[in-house]
Amino acid sequence: MSSEELTRQDDVTIRFAGDSGDGMQLTGMQFTATTATVGNDLATFPDFPAEIRAPAGTRAGVSGYQIHFSSRDIYTPGDDPSVLVAMNPAALITNYKDLKPGGILLVNTGAFTESDLKKAGLDSNPLTDGTLSGYRVVKEDINQRTMEALADTELSKKDKLRCKNFYTLGMVYWLYSRPLEPTMEWLKEKFAKKPELAEANTKALKAGYNHGELLRLFQGHYEVPKVENAPKGTYRNIMGNEALAIGLVAGARLAGLKAFLGSYPITPATDILQHMSLLKNYDVITCQMEDEIAGICTAIGASFAGRLGMTTTSGPGLALKTEAAGLAVITELPLVIVDVQRGGPSTGLPTKVEQSDLLQAMFGRNGEAPIPVIACATPSDAFDCAVEACRIATQYMTPVLLLSDNYIANGAEPWKLPVIDELKPFPVEFATDPEGFSPYSRDEKLARNWAKPGTPGLMHRIGGLEKDAVTGNVSYDPENHMKMTEIREAKIMGIRDSIPTPQPHGAESGDLLVVAWGSTMGATRAAVERLHKEGVTVAHLHLRHIWPLPQGLDEIFSRYKKIVVPEMNMGQLARLLQSEYPDYRFKKFSKVMGKPFRARELKAHFAEILEEK
Amino acid sequence: MSELQQLKAKDFKSDQEVRWCPGCGDYSILSGVQATMADMGVPQENFVIVSGIGCSSRFPYYMETYGMHSIHGRANAIATGVKVANPDLSVWVITGDGDGLSIGGNHMIHSLRRNVDMKIILFNNEIYGLTKGQYSPTTPMGQRTKTSPYGSLDAPFNPIQLALGAGATFVARTMDVNPKHMKTVLRAAAEHKGAAFVEVWQNCVIFNDGAFKSWTEKAVRDEETVNLVAGEKMIFGKDQDKGLKTDGCKIEICSAEDASVWDPTHESPGPAFVMSQLDNDPNMPRPMGVLRSVSRPTLDQQVWDQVGAVTGTKGEGSLKDLLYTKDVWEVK
Repeated sequence: MSSEELTRQDDVTIRFAGDSGDGMQLTGMQFTATTATVGNDLATFPDFPAEIRAPAGTRAGVSGYQIHFSSRDIYTPGDDPSVLVAMNPAALITNYKDLKPGGILLVNTGAFTESDLKKAGLDSNPLTDGTLSGYRVVKEDINQRTMEALADTELSKKDKLRCKNFYTLGMVYWLYSRPLEPTMEWLKEKFAKKPELAEANTKALKAGYNHGELLRLFQGHYEVPKVENAPKGTYRNIMGNEALAIGLVAGARLAGLKAFLGSYPITPATDILQHMSLLKNYDVITCQMEDEIAGICTAIGASFAGRLGMTTTSGPGLALKTEAAGLAVITELPLVIVDVQRGGPSTGLPTKVEQSDLLQAMFGRNGEAPIPVIACATPSDAFDCAVEACRIATQYMTPVLLLSDNYIANGAEPWKLPVIDELKPFPVEFATDPEGFSPYSRDEKLARNWAKPGTPGLMHRIGGLEKDAVTGNVSYDPENHMKMTEIREAKIMGIRDSIPTPQPHGAESGDLLVVAWGSTMGATRAAVERLHKEGVTVAHLHLRHIWPLPQGLDEIFSRYKKIVVPEMNMGQLARLLQSEYPDYRFKKFSKVMGKPFRARELKAHFAEILEEK
Repeated sequence: MSELQQLKAKDFKSDQEVRWCPGCGDYSILSGVQATMADMGVPQENFVIVSGIGCSSRFPYYMETYGMHSIHGRANAIATGVKVANPDLSVWVITGDGDGLSIGGNHMIHSLRRNVDMKIILFNNEIYGLTKGQYSPTTPMGQRTKTSPYGSLDAPFNPIQLALGAGATFVARTMDVNPKHMKTVLRAAAEHKGAAFVEVWQNCVIFNDGAFKSWTEKAVRDEETVNLVAGEKMIFGKDQDKGLKTDGCKIEICSAEDASVWDPTHESPGPAFVMSQLDNDPNMPRPMGVLRSVSRPTLDQQVWDQVGAVTGTKGEGSLKDLLYTKDVWEVK
């Protein structure tokens, strides 16, 4: 094969792995942005340590970014990479086992000195001791090459060496025939105030690209054609947290309200606060408060004052917001609470994915305090779910819990943008008429009146004490408490009337139904499609609305012999479904490893279930 | 809005029966706040009262204003949300020594440092009343309560010093049994643009009766307290014949004519802090009135200014701008 030979591939997974200081996340994101503009479908999975800079060169400090791109429609960031870029021994040793047999392994030999090996806890050099037999190892001293490429650049040695990730990116761009322009544009903008850095990185990028060709390191290179028959429209590459931020702002707009975000930084939800802080010209107020409790409490105050209050957090923060969430339930104020889930319990695995807050979201409050729960499945779905959360919150005068997770938050995919005119508004009408006004009179959906301070004649008091169902005054009456409890319950259950019944994807009926929620959607869909193609009567049912559960599930469950629920927890949705639908048996399939399911392992497990008598 | 009519204190009475213990100091604070609000020239519907949990926190139910009786310790945070969301509102926080300084201590100091434009009335009775008599963060050391049967071991907070330390722009103290003084202080607080912290010595007749009587009883009040008035000499005593003289670091008792002039607008909180130290000296009168009143931009104003500035530079964003950024591509 000559070095010029261009081979078509339809489905590629690349993982960039290096030290936390090597800029692998940035490299991955640039590759993603460029790949999106080429027209491939893609999904990404960044995987980084909780420490900002763990000791350099150690296994603890390895940061990875995986991208799966394809000329077809795809659902996951890929099971196993076919290309692995390893910037140092620690990155190599912690990642090479995932590489597909025969896969390309691009290694930066410039970081393989004795001391580098020692930092990675290696006694011998994997490049020479046979560890890597079975892979196509491409050895290149990227450090040295980068220094050479920048020989006549006026930068310190340290700064020059920092450009090595762009050199590497250039090589991979050549390998997969990607254009350099989008990244060059990005560099120009990013370093507008430091043009020397823009120039140096651009030089490194181009050098990597050219050397990829000239040095004949790879046996040919590849093209991954764009997706044919992709739905027509305008697309944008989007990460989950950003989509969620945009969705919250859009949701408030569609309600005819201004957004107010009260929050506190917590991994992996912080980006939402950061992003919304930029959107001040969209009628958005953000307050970074002194703690999680103040975050939700300011949001409740803002809702009382007539804005749409929101708060964003992760599991530990949700635990702190618990009491205030109950206040929002009993005061019946609209509020969107976002929980970007991470590994728990306690501090757990702050930068890893888990779905283990579902039951906390459902039940984590004192008293009878029902809250609708919805969960997003992919980065772009986070936009739709955020809008949906705003709709339910304002239409039903209730706090809403919106669950995302670390995998969605930091993952990226192409997003077909909704047509603005097709976004359906759900305008809020504030109470203004003092005639017969009571803060607890309700509409047909059981949503109470919303009268905001500043409205003449509607002065009223709300609060954490039980209120009389009619007057809204404090009431300790036993009958009234029962009645109010039932009303709050009925109001939330009534949301079912406004949500569609989800439809199973795959066989209409048959041997197996896989019920999934949140980010397990992608791997489940991929696994089920593969099995279905093999002739198995299997289907995937995705639940966006966790509470209340949509109507019609009973009938769907009845069509399949077996039901399994794969979750990144110990079976929380399965437990919920089991209690709601005791006539069916919901098998649990748990993975609590800080990593998402792979389609392959799901498929294998489903096949096993089908074998069971 | 129709032309502003002169409101009366009784306009602020809600139809709810007031349920504090007979003789509770809260009643006079309720009257004081109602009278103050009536005189502020603010439309009645623009008042919002937020409270936490405790005896004092039942306050909003008795007021014909918008109100929220929230959860323990969080009134300051909720009120911050109300005020930032709508700066046109006159926002008041009603809290107590347990609610505001113990469980809500964090929100208290942060709302003061941020200078959110709201009035914070802290009812200090040095006891947990609603839970029936446990020591609070202002209970003196050694005091026997239900949870300190052998005497409290906790050093108390001085609320004035806490507020000063948190960077409060307005700090004052008054007492339940001197309605006239209370009205002056509440009025000053109401007129202050920014976070106004007012400690009210409030007698709990049931669980801590007489906690402040050594300073507040009519017979001793003039001897045991000194009323600080901006620009006036610090004079006290039954015959108004004694004064306080200060070099900014220490304070001495002197004759009325040698007394120093009180200045709560000093750039440094130092003089107010030194003054609050008198609480620890049994031979000195305790300071009442406005200890500090300085001007600093409020959080709510700055938030709106920033929104205005960013909107001015970037232009008002539409849904289309939000979604269709410049890095989009078309599939045809």
